[in-house]
Amino acid sequence: MPELRDLYQELIIDHGRRPRNYGVLADANHQAEGFNPLCGDRIRLFVKTREGVIEDVHFEGTGCAISTASASLMSEALKGRTEAEARALFDGFHALVTGHEGAAGAGPPLGKLEVLAGVAEFPARVKCATLAWHTLVAALHDQHTPVTTERDEQPGTEPAATGRTADG
Amino acid sequence: MRDDPKERAALGRAAGTGPAGDIVRRRADFPILARTVNDRPLVYLDNGATSQKPQCVIDVETHYYEHLNANVHRGVHRLSQEATDAYEGARDTAREFLNAVQREEIVFVRGTTEAINLVANSFGARFRAGDEVLITGMEHHSNIVPWQLACERSGAVLKVVPVDDRGELDIEAFGTLLSPRTRIVALTHVSNALGTINPVRELIARAHARGVPVLLDGAQAVPHVAIDVQALDCDFYAFSGHKLYGPTGTGVLYGRRALLEAMPPWQGGGDMIRQVSFAHTTYNDLPYKFEAGTPNIAGAIALAEAMRYVREVGFDAIAAHEHALLRDATERAQAFPGLRLIGTAREKAAILSFVLEDVHAHDVGSILDHEGVAVRTGHHCAMPLMERFGVAATVRASFALYNTHEDVAALFAALEKVPEVFGDA
Repeated sequence: MPELRDLYQELIIDHGRRPRNYGVLADANHQAEGFNPLCGDRIRLFVKTREGVIEDVHFEGTGCAISTASASLMSEALKGRTEAEARALFDGFHALVTGHEGAAGAGPPLGKLEVLAGVAEFPARVKCATLAWHTLVAALHDQHTPVTTERDEQPGTEPAATGRTADG
Repeated sequence: MRDDPKERAALGRAAGTGPAGDIVRRRADFPILARTVNDRPLVYLDNGATSQKPQCVIDVETHYYEHLNANVHRGVHRLSQEATDAYEGARDTAREFLNAVQREEIVFVRGTTEAINLVANSFGARFRAGDEVLITGMEHHSNIVPWQLACERSGAVLKVVPVDDRGELDIEAFGTLLSPRTRIVALTHVSNALGTINPVRELIARAHARGVPVLLDGAQAVPHVAIDVQALDCDFYAFSGHKLYGPTGTGVLYGRRALLEAMPPWQGGGDMIRQVSFAHTTYNDLPYKFEAGTPNIAGAIALAEAMRYVREVGFDAIAAHEHALLRDATERAQAFPGLRLIGTAREKAAILSFVLEDVHAHDVGSILDHEGVAVRTGHHCAMPLMERFGVAATVRASFALYNTHEDVAALFAALEKVPEVFGDA
């Protein structure tokens, strides 16, 4: 039986309570909205890139501890990465939270994002963990219709965001 | 035949129910309640989403496929006749259950959503630009969106009765919003997200005084209170079978005969026609005009068994038991630190919606699930209502006749885990 502590690690509780990089990023050159219609989680993501490198990421919105912590940890993990690296990171992260880690092959090290590994044991919460990432992809594509995570509902289905380059 | 469902049902009746105390024994009628979740006994408090099924309902559905299965209203062969008799018998049971005047007023549908779509499409076919449809701020999306679609098609306008801080309808506003252009009032009998029981008799009387017909969404009402469509004097009554201990994909639309007769068909196909030619098709009589295609025959028959079952348990006993559970849960909720009840109407069905300070409903839901307690978390398909109360999501515990005070205690014991996981900081 999966333990609650596997899902709600201290780091998640901390980032859920005190999200980093929370708020509007005035000089963002990309932004997108993410919405989880099933539970009402909403996120607005602001991304500042220069010559293909992500310089800063901010977000605001409402959501559960998992979606807020995931957005917060993502915002930290992305700084200084190229857009291609960010996508590779999402692939690795998606495999992690859907329990398909082996299938993803060798990707970039996930670092602190590993703390969300427990989500794989709680399939109903996968969409909470991936909302920010789907929204990131939309932001980098300057997609102006809000993204949703509905298809992440079923464990094992492919991610819903448009523009996935790898397993999409 | 040891497992004859009729025999079993008869045995059930012989056991009797009587006073509310006996209702606890009914728990044994529901086989799924014996299972575990995360090695803990299942505490099922998501009855507002769907209820569990008693053995007699499961048996009737199985019996149909094992002994009666054939298409209805078609064959001259024996099985078709028996299936038709059972299916039409289910209609008689539904008529009796709702105390409708005529069996022709009972249309079998897939559920409440389909029932409302039927009315919005068929009755709504006559809406004209500037007409008004009056709904309320506590409707389920299924009693909002079909009307929005009807309004888009016709140019009619959707008007909404506001909800106060307790979760009760603003009756004054209802009176004001009823206008000479109002073509229909569509409102919920019991709110799925708040539990509010609306004063539907009074509202129907006021609408009728202006010549406006009323549709009641009874999805959350039928499991809890006896419905008498004549006493209510409603024009349409819609409900789902699966919240009434019956199968999914079943439901009933009651419609006043004169209205149904004047309405055009909604879906076309087999069974709803009298004569078809490429030049002209004439439609079947009520209720078949609204039952195109092969219906959910087994489902309707099993739904009728569910209706018999709840009547046998008795709505007085059910209401007394569920109110005791709601009172127990409400008192515990009021004493729980940081808990805010959403929906505190004076008249409530056994639904407890709440939020916890600083912890999102989904996190609460996962923690409760881990403890074996099944609740619904989210917006309950009532986003405008959630917005009205300034919350994105709530936790909803909803009770059924088989729930116990131990279930209520288990819910609050599981809620104690939330601060343990999230800390008090």
